[in-house]
Amino acid sequence: MRPSAARLLNILVPVKRAVDYAVKIRVNPQQTGIDLNVKHSMNPFDEIAVEEAVRIRERLKEAVKSIKVVTIGPPKSAETLRTALAMGADSAIHVEIPESDPSPEPLGVAKTLKALIERQKEGVDIVILGKQAIDDDAGQTGQMLAGLMGWSQATFASKVVVDAENKVANVTREIDGGLQELKCRLPVVVTTDLRLNEPRYASLPNIMKAKKKPIEKLLAADLGVDLTPRLETIKVEEPPKRVGGGKVENVDELLAKLKDAGITAIKRA
Amino acid sequence: MFRNAARSLTAVRALQRTHQPSLARAFSASGLTLNSLDTFTEEEQMLRESVRRFATDVVGPKVRDMDEQEQMDPQIIKGLFDQGLMGIETSADHGGAESSFTSAIIAIEELAKVDPSVSVMCDVHNTLVNTILRKYATKDQQDKWLPLLSESKLGSFCLSETGSGSDAFALQTRAKKDGDHWVINGSKMWITNSAEAEIFLIFANTDPSKGYKGITCFIATKDMGIQIAKKEQKLGIRASSTCTLNFDDLRIPEENIIGGIGRGYKLAIEILNEGRIGIAAQMLGLAIGAFEKVVPYTYTRHQFGQPIASFQGLSFQLARAAISIESAKLMTYNAARRKEEGKEFAKEAAMAKYWASVVAQEVSGGAIEWAGGVGFTRETGVEKFWRDSKIGAIYEGTSNIQLQTIAKFIQKEYS
Ligand SMILES: Cc1cc2nc3c(=O)[nH]c(=O)nc-3n(C[C@H](O)[C@H](O)[C@H](O)COP(=O)(O)OP(=O)(O)OC[C@H]3O[C@@H](n4cnc5c(N)ncnc54)[C@H](O)[C@@H]3O)c2cc1C
Repeated sequence: MRPSAARLLNILVPVKRAVDYAVKIRVNPQQTGIDLNVKHSMNPFDEIAVEEAVRIRERLKEAVKSIKVVTIGPPKSAETLRTALAMGADSAIHVEIPESDPSPEPLGVAKTLKALIERQKEGVDIVILGKQAIDDDAGQTGQMLAGLMGWSQATFASKVVVDAENKVANVTREIDGGLQELKCRLPVVVTTDLRLNEPRYASLPNIMKAKKKPIEKLLAADLGVDLTPRLETIKVEEPPKRVGGGKVENVDELLAKLKDAGITAIKRA
Repeated sequence: MFRNAARSLTAVRALQRTHQPSLARAFSASGLTLNSLDTFTEEEQMLRESVRRFATDVVGPKVRDMDEQEQMDPQIIKGLFDQGLMGIETSADHGGAESSFTSAIIAIEELAKVDPSVSVMCDVHNTLVNTILRKYATKDQQDKWLPLLSESKLGSFCLSETGSGSDAFALQTRAKKDGDHWVINGSKMWITNSAEAEIFLIFANTDPSKGYKGITCFIATKDMGIQIAKKEQKLGIRASSTCTLNFDDLRIPEENIIGGIGRGYKLAIEILNEGRIGIAAQMLGLAIGAFEKVVPYTYTRHQFGQPIASFQGLSFQLARAAISIESAKLMTYNAARRKEEGKEFAKEAAMAKYWASVVAQEVSGGAIEWAGGVGFTRETGVEKFWRDSKIGAIYEGTSNIQLQTIAKFIQKEYS
């Protein structure tokens, strides 16, 4: 006998507005951070997360009830939500913080997400988010969220197969020396790795439709979370300039140089 | 690390300016809010970003090959349809994106930054073919043709002939009534997209005794018997097909007349007025594409022990080119917004088209020189921009014809 109709899945995808991957990062003159007056776009790992949510729906059709995206950030982050909506998400939540506020840390974000999840009347079955954001490279939010929720977690996913009926997600992770396959009970937190998929470009008709999709605005205070940073940035510096290498004429010369540099474990045949 | 791994980021680093967010064209309660000319709506910014990526990732790797082969890759045509870029202003009911004219301009510009051939294909299809149908076709005609043009079938605009270029309305192609059909005889020359197109807007004279007032616009499909003859071998935009077409007793049903008998003249003039803004955008994108391709190199290339861009002689050339680009940009966007706002725009469109084609040629020519020897080789793709730039001074009205248009406005105002 078939089990009673599986509850429809609700997917939540947190996304972050970050400095565009193609921008050359420069430290600001005050050395308090980087120059933010540059092109921003959706964190690439989050794009992969949105894409995966949309693909899960394309595979499972009606079994996916909703795809909601959420961002915690200054007013400009609304752009990032629109992009996610244009890629195929249904609705969005913007937890708005003032432009002048410091960017929230992973724990603050995870707590905010927890509060949001608890507010969702229909519940959340899958949270898909980037394994890290390319600005701070902290790589912690997904794990913290799973911990706070007491949910399964599957990080650095390279393949996600959701079985809606049995409420499990089979997730493949690329680890040193091979592939690890996890079978997770829903609800689950999945973080995306680079090879999970190649995100689509939002098509123009979908960009136009995204305009009509709802964005709910909230403040951190509405959720009762405190986003005050726990870390203090003391100074930001450029990495030391690489001093140019030298050219060698042949292998012997190379070996001699290596030896001079103290690398001795080279045996000549 | 990510940088190397992400997608196929072969990309020339975009010097893209970040546009200020989304208040574009806003009308506040107290009245009009005035914005800078390069203010865009949120959708327009998203479109730019999306087209930029499509152009870099999908078109970029094929540019050189398509130019060498003088052939448009069918996957690119399909990609443009899939991205919704072939029905930019067409209503959603007709399968289009229902977006703004400026969106079309942005798409054309972004495509041209990577390949002006792909750009003109999108330009002709949208700003000429779709627009004629959107503006002048009956509801039935729109229901029939617009969805095809939004979803899968490429269009061509067939006006020029061997004997009628600048003097377009001297065209010799004739249409004779035969029952409920029209029979067309004659030929067209220089028709963009025609090797790949399936839908053709053909201008023919139904009553030569009335001169240009006999010119009528017909819509036809390739399978009605349009003969696509010689494909031109060109200096530039080589991946964009340009062919001669022959009509030998081509029978077109009466209901395929667009805009009424004898109205083709007016329709062509009006459509080309706005089409010119598209060509301006193509030339603008081309100039930016050449600039962005070469300028980063000038900071890495050392001669006399320092980056060549650090010599004042070169850096001032870059500065002048940047000024030219800025001027072409503002003129193009301004003409587009005027058109969108329902203001007069024919003069501004002619100016933008003229000037952008001058800037495109100057900047792409300069770019070859700034790159030195490598700029002169085909491998780097810099010289291609220069070859492609020449067409900007020829199609949709030569530079002299633009000057003539502008001069007429001056005369009207001052004489
Ligand atoms: C690649 C390409 C694609 C094209 N695509 C299309 C298309 O899709 N559809 C289409 O219908 N046509 C198309 N054309 C045709 C194009 O619009 C014409 O080539 C253009 O209008 C110029 O006409 P012509 O070539 O006959 O030149 P001519 O009209 O013979 O002009 C030659 C020269 O004489 C000058 N001249 C002419 N008249 C005057 C005047 N009164 N005063 C001063 N100078 C004058 C011109 O400025 C030019 O310098 C295309 C052409 C090319 C090359």
